[in-house]
Amino acid sequence: MAGDNLKHLSDADFEATINGAIPTLVDFWAPWCGPCKAIGPMIEELANEYAGKVVVGKMNVDENPSTPGKFGIRAIPTIIIFKGGKVVDQVTGAVGKTQLVAMLGKAL
Amino acid sequence: MSDYQLIIVGGGPTGLTAGLYAARARLKCLLLEKGAPGGQVLNTDWIDNYPGFPEGVSGFELIDRMTAQAKRFDLEIRSGAEVTGMDLAGPVKIITLEDKSTLTARAVILATGARPNKLNVPGERELAGKGVSYCATCDGPFYRDLEIAVIGGGNTAIQEAVYLTRFARKVTVIHRRGELRATRIVQEQAFANKKIEFIWNSQVTAIEGNKGVERLRLRDNEGQEATLAVQGIFILIGIIPNNEMLPAEQLEMTEGFLTTDREMRTNLPGVMGAGDICYKEVRQVVNGAGEGAVAAMSAEHYLAGQ
Repeated sequence: MAGDNLKHLSDADFEATINGAIPTLVDFWAPWCGPCKAIGPMIEELANEYAGKVVVGKMNVDENPSTPGKFGIRAIPTIIIFKGGKVVDQVTGAVGKTQLVAMLGKAL
Repeated sequence: MSDYQLIIVGGGPTGLTAGLYAARARLKCLLLEKGAPGGQVLNTDWIDNYPGFPEGVSGFELIDRMTAQAKRFDLEIRSGAEVTGMDLAGPVKIITLEDKSTLTARAVILATGARPNKLNVPGERELAGKGVSYCATCDGPFYRDLEIAVIGGGNTAIQEAVYLTRFARKVTVIHRRGELRATRIVQEQAFANKKIEFIWNSQVTAIEGNKGVERLRLRDNEGQEATLAVQGIFILIGIIPNNEMLPAEQLEMTEGFLTTDREMRTNLPGVMGAGDICYKEVRQVVNGAGEGAVAAMSAEHYLAGQ
């Protein structure tokens, strides 16, 4: 139940997902990154709360080498909000839920 | 009447230990953490000097265990709850959250900790996340086979410089003095590492690059300027206190850090301080946790006398 709404994205399905009808929030993370793991539960909450309104996904940068490079990502966690395939907002660091909710509010 | 007997502000090892003790004392207690529990310790890849872990432990796992332990005694933890203001002078303390709601308690433990200090040079803000980093364990892997710089001379800078040699082709440590402050054993590791070079008595005056960091402008203590080509810069020059939400006009502070006595009491009755937010010499996980425990027991003592 809880994990259903959170998408695990890969290099293969990334383009299709961000070009979808509704906005996408992507959390770029890696298993060795402490702050990334710390915000994991909060990202899952967002996936459930915004189900149907925003696609919330995570991308493991270790397993998917090509997508992060395309977006100039050199630090994680980096969270990017896409709309119609374009970057509309971005933040780096273990930010709080309030900040992400505000960013999602602007994107919707 | 107040919502809680005790509110703890900050969910790093300090706050979590204070919460553990408060929960076991059966105080009606709430721990507020603006992000997820952990604090600065999440930024380190491996901790070899927290007692009880002969093989060492990751920052994340240590926090995971501390959180589980506190929850075993039913500590109430509210994550994603940012404190933006406080009124601590009276017998009932008022804590204001970011959504403007308030909580009250008869005692408060301030464990808000600290965050990485910045160089405050041109290019630093613009290139954040694009080659400027304050966390080696978060971002090290992005610099495989590249050349990077580490700024600083203390434990964090030198330990992380050694860590970064796992990825980078070359790590240049730039320090504004002629000798390091780091623990002897950490210095030895760095000096023995063939991938690490040192530039002494120098400071970074600017960080430059187009879409990412490309070079640093340096100046030494004699005024001589130089340029260093690097693809990343790790700024590890100490910490600044998280004191923006503290009522500075009510609390006694030194250089932005809280002044406390040995029982972690501040100048205000019922208000304790613990961890990196306190004015002190040593800032380690172990004494942060220790101070959290002392603060909780001071709070318990104070509440019993009320």
